Amino acid sequence: MTLNSAPMTTSAAPAATEAAARPVIEIKGVAKTYRTRDGDVPSLRPLDFTINDGEFVVVVGPSGCGKSTLLKMVAGLLPPSEGEIHIEGRVVTRPQRNVGIVFQSPLLLPWRSVLDNVMMPVEVKKLPRKEYGLRAMALLKMVGLIGFEKKYPWQLSGGMQQRAAICRALVHDPKIVLLDEPFGALDAMTRERMNVELQRIHRETGKTALLITHSIPEAVFLADRILVMTERPGAIAAVYDVPLKRPRTIDMMADPVFVALTQTVRKHFNVEGEIH
Amino acid sequence: MGGTESTRAGRSLTWLRPLVFLVLLVVVWDLAIRVFRIPPYQVPAPEDVVITLWREWPMLLREAWPTTVATLWGFFLSAAFGIPVAMLIAGSKTVESYIYPLLVFSQSIPKIAIAPLLVVWFGFGMLPKVLSAFMLGFFPVVVSAVQGFKSVEPDMMDLVRSMEASRWQIFRMVSLPHALPAIFSGLKISITLAVVGAVVGEFVGSNSGIGFLLQRSIGNFELPTMFAALIVLAMIGVILFWLLDVVERMAIPWHASQRQDLIIAA
Ligand SMILES: Nc1ncnc2c1ncn2[C@@H]1O[C@H](COP(=O)(O)OP(=O)(O)OP(=O)(O)O)[C@@H](O)[C@H]1O
Ligand SMILES: [Mg+2]
Repeated sequence: MTLNSAPMTTSAAPAATEAAARPVIEIKGVAKTYRTRDGDVPSLRPLDFTINDGEFVVVVGPSGCGKSTLLKMVAGLLPPSEGEIHIEGRVVTRPQRNVGIVFQSPLLLPWRSVLDNVMMPVEVKKLPRKEYGLRAMALLKMVGLIGFEKKYPWQLSGGMQQRAAICRALVHDPKIVLLDEPFGALDAMTRERMNVELQRIHRETGKTALLITHSIPEAVFLADRILVMTERPGAIAAVYDVPLKRPRTIDMMADPVFVALTQTVRKHFNVEGEIH
Repeated sequence: MGGTESTRAGRSLTWLRPLVFLVLLVVVWDLAIRVFRIPPYQVPAPEDVVITLWREWPMLLREAWPTTVATLWGFFLSAAFGIPVAMLIAGSKTVESYIYPLLVFSQSIPKIAIAPLLVVWFGFGMLPKVLSAFMLGFFPVVVSAVQGFKSVEPDMMDLVRSMEASRWQIFRMVSLPHALPAIFSGLKISITLAVVGAVVGEFVGSNSGIGFLLQRSIGNFELPTMFAALIVLAMIGVILFWLLDVVERMAIPWHASQRQDLIIAA
């Protein structure tokens, strides 16, 4: 696969944590308070965190603690109330060229074929169609959607649609991929398969990834580091390194280290739950 | 393909069923006249209407023409103004707060009451008819299109914004196609109301068109002519609606209501 030798950037960073710890996303004292008609909704307490090149960070936390808010601020879709976010050293004030996003629902446009959906960012950014068309096809091949590129989204299963959405997030070869509960709507079996697949995509492309999930096993399976958040207004409760070797397999979910870590994270959750 | 066969059979059934029902209604109509001895100056017999329809066909067609033209102009104006106004309303909270309440308020004014005023202002020609058709056809386009433009998921908006899309790109690639099904359902209501508007315009002041014919034939107690005119009017409405349906199929083949065709085509 030639996904790394793609048109412009050379994101040939080795996938795992051993990469020279070069910060890509720096969150500096970022807080968010939504101003609404019914008053202010403090959603995120001042937060400091750094994500390094090629790292896979997973955020877990109770519902409504501000995870999506954090992700949208990193994407430049929402201005922080306090603090600054830096991507590759530059302050984020608007949507970024080198970011791709995957949401919980695939959000494919029903009037576009799968390939045309994947090509959306290329069209919007007016990148050369030919080169990126090849890249789109390579991505579709990587996620096993070859033969479906001419189909329409509603002719695909939920898992296939989400894989197409992942291709769309990667097609312009962004340095950073943000995923907000990308597999939340899938059944448990499909979800496990998608986790294995996402890990593979991450290894093959060397992207920096920030993923939000409600599933603790999913977090442990995918993450280099897990960021646990408190109840709203969210703050960092703890950060855990995941010492498991890559590539990880589904069988490793029975590994004592894996089990112990899920339990540590879960306990954390229970404690958080009792606070309120 | 087997699928094609069965849908073709299904299609002819969709034509056949209302036709059978129509024949049934005509039979009931005929029987009612005979049984209750309804005099022909109150309700004409079906065969008289058919005979008039046959004999007066050239005249009916001639009168149908100005009505159709007025309807189409009124409809096109409704679309040409309704869709941009909806875009403004959906695109800006400020515009919405100024315009929308007034627009809703204006709908509670009976347009039939305004029609004579149009004649006072614009005379007996085509213009008052067109404006009358426009007045009736405009509102449904706006309401449906606003709803269509506004119903884009917030996450979808975030997604395209994250691609650094400009406002124009968002509109062209997401909002407009997304709103098309709603716009088309508004246009379908609009075109049927535009027919009504054109006829109302002809009622109050015109010397041509189906509306004028309806009024004249009632005045002269020519009930078969009047019924024939009504049938022609219904035909105008049905044909225009059907044409719009064809355009819709071509414009939004991906929409759930049209997908059956696409699957067979693929
Ligand atoms: N546009 C908004 N206006 C006002 N308040 C908002 C807005 N969006 C989110 N909030 C509030 O901010 C808080 C955090 O929301 P956010 O969507 O970030 O939570 P989350 O951690 O992603 O939750 P979940 O796990 O359920 O997706 C919530 O309490 C929510 O009510
Ligand atoms: Mg969320």
